[in-house]
Amino acid sequence: MPGKLKAKIVAGRHLPVMDRASDLTDAFVEVKFGNTTFKTDVYPKSLNPQWNSEWFKFEVDDEDLQDEPLQITVLDHDTYSANDAIGKVYIDIDPLLSSEAATVISGWFPIYDTIHGIRGEINVLVKVDLFNDLNRFRQSSCGVKFFCTTSIPRCYRAALVHGFVEELVVNEDPEYQWIDRIRTPRASNEARQRLISLMSGELQRKIGLKVLEMGGNAVVGYLQCFDLEGESGLVVRAIGTACTLDKLIPGTVLNECMCVCVCVCCCSLILSGMGSGISVGKEAGPLKTLLRQQAQSALEQREFPFFTLTCFPPGFLVHIGGVVSARSVKLLDRIHNPDEPETRDAWWEEIRQEIKSHAKALGCHAVVGYSESTTICEEVCILSASGTAAMLNPRFMREGCLDAGGSDQRLSRCGFCHIPYDEFNMPFPAQLTYCYHCRRQKVPDVLFTTIDLPAEAAVTGKGCLIQARLCRTKKKAQGEVNATAISNLLPFMEYELHTQLMNKLKLRCMNALFGLRIQISVGENMLLGLASATGVYLSALPAPGGIQIAGKTPSDLSYDQHISTMQKRINDTIVMNKELYNIHPPECIEEVVGSPIPDRQRSRLFRSTSESSDELSELDLSHGKKDAFVLEIDDTDAVEDIQSLLTDAPMPAGFYSCNTEVMPGIYNWTSGLQMFTSVRVYRLNNANLTNQGLNKIFTDLCENLLKSLYFKLRSMIPCCLCHLNFTVAVPEEELIQVRRHTPKNTSPILSIFPRNILNEEQLQFSMELCGESTSSNNQPTAKASERCSPLPEVRSRSLRSTRSLPCGAPVTVVKMTPLSFLPMTRIVKYLGIINMFFIRETTSLREEGGVSGFLHSFIAEVFAMVRAHVAALGGNAVVSYSMKECVFMENPNKNQAQCLINVSGDAVIFVRESDQEAIPPLITSGQTSTTGADGTT
Amino acid sequence: MQIRYAVFTPILCRTQRFNCAINNTRLQMLFTQTVPGAIYLLATVSPRYITLVKAYKMSMELDVFVGNTTIMDMEVYQLWLDGLTVSDAVKVRMDEGALLECEANPEVLTSDTMDQFRTFQMCERLLHSPTKLGSQLLYQIPAQNQIILIERYYEFDSVFAREVLGKKLSKGTKKDLDDTSCKTGITLKSCRRQFDNFKRVFKVVEELKGPLVENIQRHFLLSDTLARDYAAIVFFANSRFETGKRKLQYLSFQDFAFCAGQLISYWTIGAMDSMMEDMDVDLEKEFLNELKDLKVLVNDKDMMDQHKILVCAALRGKIKVYKLMEVNFKNLSRALINLASKLTHTKDVRDLFIDLVEKFIEPCRYDRWTVAEITLFLTHYTNAAHCLGTFRHQMIWDRYMGVIKSSQCSPLLHLSLIKVNYLSPSPSISSVSPPVNILNELNTFLICKL
Repeated sequence: MPGKLKAKIVAGRHLPVMDRASDLTDAFVEVKFGNTTFKTDVYPKSLNPQWNSEWFKFEVDDEDLQDEPLQITVLDHDTYSANDAIGKVYIDIDPLLSSEAATVISGWFPIYDTIHGIRGEINVLVKVDLFNDLNRFRQSSCGVKFFCTTSIPRCYRAALVHGFVEELVVNEDPEYQWIDRIRTPRASNEARQRLISLMSGELQRKIGLKVLEMGGNAVVGYLQCFDLEGESGLVVRAIGTACTLDKLIPGTVLNECMCVCVCVCCCSLILSGMGSGISVGKEAGPLKTLLRQQAQSALEQREFPFFTLTCFPPGFLVHIGGVVSARSVKLLDRIHNPDEPETRDAWWEEIRQEIKSHAKALGCHAVVGYSESTTICEEVCILSASGTAAMLNPRFMREGCLDAGGSDQRLSRCGFCHIPYDEFNMPFPAQLTYCYHCRRQKVPDVLFTTIDLPAEAAVTGKGCLIQARLCRTKKKAQGEVNATAISNLLPFMEYELHTQLMNKLKLRCMNALFGLRIQISVGENMLLGLASATGVYLSALPAPGGIQIAGKTPSDLSYDQHISTMQKRINDTIVMNKELYNIHPPECIEEVVGSPIPDRQRSRLFRSTSESSDELSELDLSHGKKDAFVLEIDDTDAVEDIQSLLTDAPMPAGFYSCNTEVMPGIYNWTSGLQMFTSVRVYRLNNANLTNQGLNKIFTDLCENLLKSLYFKLRSMIPCCLCHLNFTVAVPEEELIQVRRHTPKNTSPILSIFPRNILNEEQLQFSMELCGESTSSNNQPTAKASERCSPLPEVRSRSLRSTRSLPCGAPVTVVKMTPLSFLPMTRIVKYLGIINMFFIRETTSLREEGGVSGFLHSFIAEVFAMVRAHVAALGGNAVVSYSMKECVFMENPNKNQAQCLINVSGDAVIFVRESDQEAIPPLITSGQTSTTGADGTT
Repeated sequence: MQIRYAVFTPILCRTQRFNCAINNTRLQMLFTQTVPGAIYLLATVSPRYITLVKAYKMSMELDVFVGNTTIMDMEVYQLWLDGLTVSDAVKVRMDEGALLECEANPEVLTSDTMDQFRTFQMCERLLHSPTKLGSQLLYQIPAQNQIILIERYYEFDSVFAREVLGKKLSKGTKKDLDDTSCKTGITLKSCRRQFDNFKRVFKVVEELKGPLVENIQRHFLLSDTLARDYAAIVFFANSRFETGKRKLQYLSFQDFAFCAGQLISYWTIGAMDSMMEDMDVDLEKEFLNELKDLKVLVNDKDMMDQHKILVCAALRGKIKVYKLMEVNFKNLSRALINLASKLTHTKDVRDLFIDLVEKFIEPCRYDRWTVAEITLFLTHYTNAAHCLGTFRHQMIWDRYMGVIKSSQCSPLLHLSLIKVNYLSPSPSISSVSPPVNILNELNTFLICKL
């Protein structure tokens, strides 16, 4: 059944001068949807044309409505020559298809050209009339809501969580088609933008169909990624969690709403090294409890019991097993038939199976906080998936049970820490103790998880960002050999990253990691690993032991001395960190419960690296003979490790950082909230770097980036950097070219090495007045905003400024945040998903201020376009914003550069809470005991 | 001591810190970077194991920091406005102690400075038409920051403005800016920005009707004071008043700006007819022509005598220089009236200030008048004319003398008198304390100006 799409072009402003002679422009607009095109009249000689066109009507299938974007092209009319394009606007009309979201798109959109950037703005009005569709065989899935947010959206209630949905579509990349040789860069960029827009529309539609099949009405935690595989094609894939959401009636149910939103998370521990996944799988014990079986049966029907959520309704999570991850190295080949994306599907299928079996091995029947990623270098592609194995409450899987059980759910503050597996059949060696909170159940000594800290978790002190960074060189190779080399290196890298994380965690005297995200990227001759997580001290887990240093040659006196100084420094650091993070756990008598494996040891991260099905040779990496936290410093690696341990610069006073949504231990947020993106690229000039050298450099880069951030944001102290998201890439194209010219033994000055793109995205921080001492706890939040909010009441100010701005209404302020909420505000409406893809190219790099200038303006433009779309939908914020992709290529010799950016998020309308309810109930409800004083504000 | 492994780039060896690392074997340290853009690592682990002393030159290819809300450091903005290069700005910031905050190092500082400079550069285009800044979508800048950005961008150094005052805002003048830059010590970049601002404002308001200050405020969103200063600049540039002569060098921009304000409010069309219709930029031709009629005051002997008698009667005993005044009255009066009658020629209009100084102020100065005395004289001189029964051009007279008396020349006078005092202290002033007197005088001047 068709729908009717109506568009009206109102006016333009700030258009560029297209006619040099008159310094004016004769602009007209083409509106295109599918294969239908309409044109407005030419509005002669004006930079601020007023077209006020009629309504252009398109009658189309709703399938097309979902796939296609509305394409608006602004042109300059030329009597004698061809009309010049000024730029385009793509409008995704998906938000209009759902009855609850926006009803009209109306506002100023920046006119974007892939070569020149933003050139003026255009005012457009778009509406859709949709007829009801009762066709059972329909191909469209209008009405399914999509959310990027990885928790149940604030104004909804989850009636049912159906589970994992995934889909991928492949196509040829227009950039690599033969026609690209003869068309202009602009045409090729536009073809690419359009194709990707189409593909993601199609992807959403297909996922929507799956959701409808499952009986759901929404996708939460929707994560869409592009794999630019170069010659072998373009893959767009997405995963999400299908749910049935009920809308809460605003107002009446504020409390309930809050209650639903209290995030519970769970998490766990396990970590580890690199044992082989398969052997562990075999060890898994029988599952005994009734609960388990119930859940099992509920989940069994699903192919993959995965959830992309990181925050859950209360009671959803029962126990957490630990982090499970799987990686696989693949060789890309050309996609022969775009309609049959079987190869890629099969690859992912394989990985998901592996994850599933790992979870099973941990005694868990589900995986939460699940995500997938790829890294591509030449024809080698690493597919990774990771998540947290968990036991879920089966209530949520079965229809109709939710309402009944809602009230009896007692929030347990430690339940999620308890081990889900059988203690006599542990899948990996770990040291168990009785829970420090309830004293009834066993808990592991360390928990690693990929999800957010559950709101009800009992935490001691504050959290902090912990990062492990690693570089490994590898020989340059091609094809199969390369893939083998990479897959051989991967286990070692993961192991080392894990060791680093563990050491840093101990050094900060913490015992759990949340939001763990490990990224491995491949370059032509190096591999980079970057693991970030937020460390916290969970009160339920035992206090971490210290770190001991052992040398190999104790006979040597001065060496001993050296060791003892090091030891002393480490101990000092631990004490200092305890102060810094305010960790003062109650002293408990250590009662180690019988762990079947006596050695204190690190647990193991389930992972396996396989190239196709080649299993790695078994590695004994379990550190069987050493104390888990003894560091040997006889080799230079270890020296480096310790150095880097100790040289991790402490955060300047007044700063806190974490990569989760909420900073553990800090609960008094102000609404001053800002989001930043920072990108850095380094070129290494040293020809023959060692692993250590690279590590050092890499660590310094990361540290420096953080330092820069602290410095830049110093005026906003006290401030908390939340959801800090690091992305690293080693772009290869340059490398090949450059290296070809480089003879083997050149002096270090001439040879050029791979550039590390240190792409630090989505840095978001919020102001907060931290409650460190009791006295500051009592300070009213008002003071905090007065003192540190950089944007106090922007709206009122912009109103005031109207008097001086003759050009109409002021621009709506649109906030952007990677968080799923805005502190001190209430989200009243979700307007739809924002998923945009932009390409920008320049052939005058130097004139645009070099690479930095180019990228700076591009990112600013992307922000501007996102804001404009949100404002046009009637929203005033983007939550769960993320920059998924930021690919940058340059050719300084030709003075050219190209950059691709993909962003996504949820457009919302929020309202400020009045001052009385300054503290979001969400947080207070979960945290009353830890910060009783907060309630007083 | 062993050095296991050392690779130095020449740059590292230049640094003092390196020496200290080698001599002091007990150091356990890690060096990072001394020169922006390069990182040097030096890790010495123990007396016996000085390991890994290695320096990497690493170039930062790209470094970008973009916020959803564009944040700007106003101190850095000022450095940028001052036309400093990134490295100079970094030096200044280091001297100001920026490194003490947040454990910054020079590299961090450089990166921050570059970022900010880039941001400003990209915003500059918008600042050229400030009204656009509010409606553009590219940068989300809080409204209060927008106001500061604009205000600071259009602020100028009065030393520079003094140099350019009255010159034609043309390409030629712009070419000579490097001389101005040398002379004033303001960077060329900053000079260019200020010059372009003058020119831009001039171009926009030149043809507009209505009050000059309001026009400027409406199109450039400037504060009242700044808009007034721009009005002065536009006014001077349009009428091309001569201000560069040596004799006028002692006058500051503010003095001229004050005069311009007076000229605008007395001698332009807008002055009489506040309902706009015409513009403030040009002096009223008709009025200038009518000034000729004032000649009657010196040409008509009776009238002149009567005028003198009236003035003398009013001033007797009130001023110290009474005697001299009585003697010179005719000369002074003639100077002022001749000045007025000549203003029909553009050339003479341009020379208004220099003529005033030469014909009226210098004689007074020679006679050691004080400012108070001159003011008093001019007041009574003006008022007395009203009492002349046969004098008909009261309106014109008021408009003319309004400028001359109320203020216009008082700063001129004023400063010139101070200078005279300073150079040759009059007998009445004790030779020990001329500066004190000057200060006092200055104070009173400031007070009356306020």
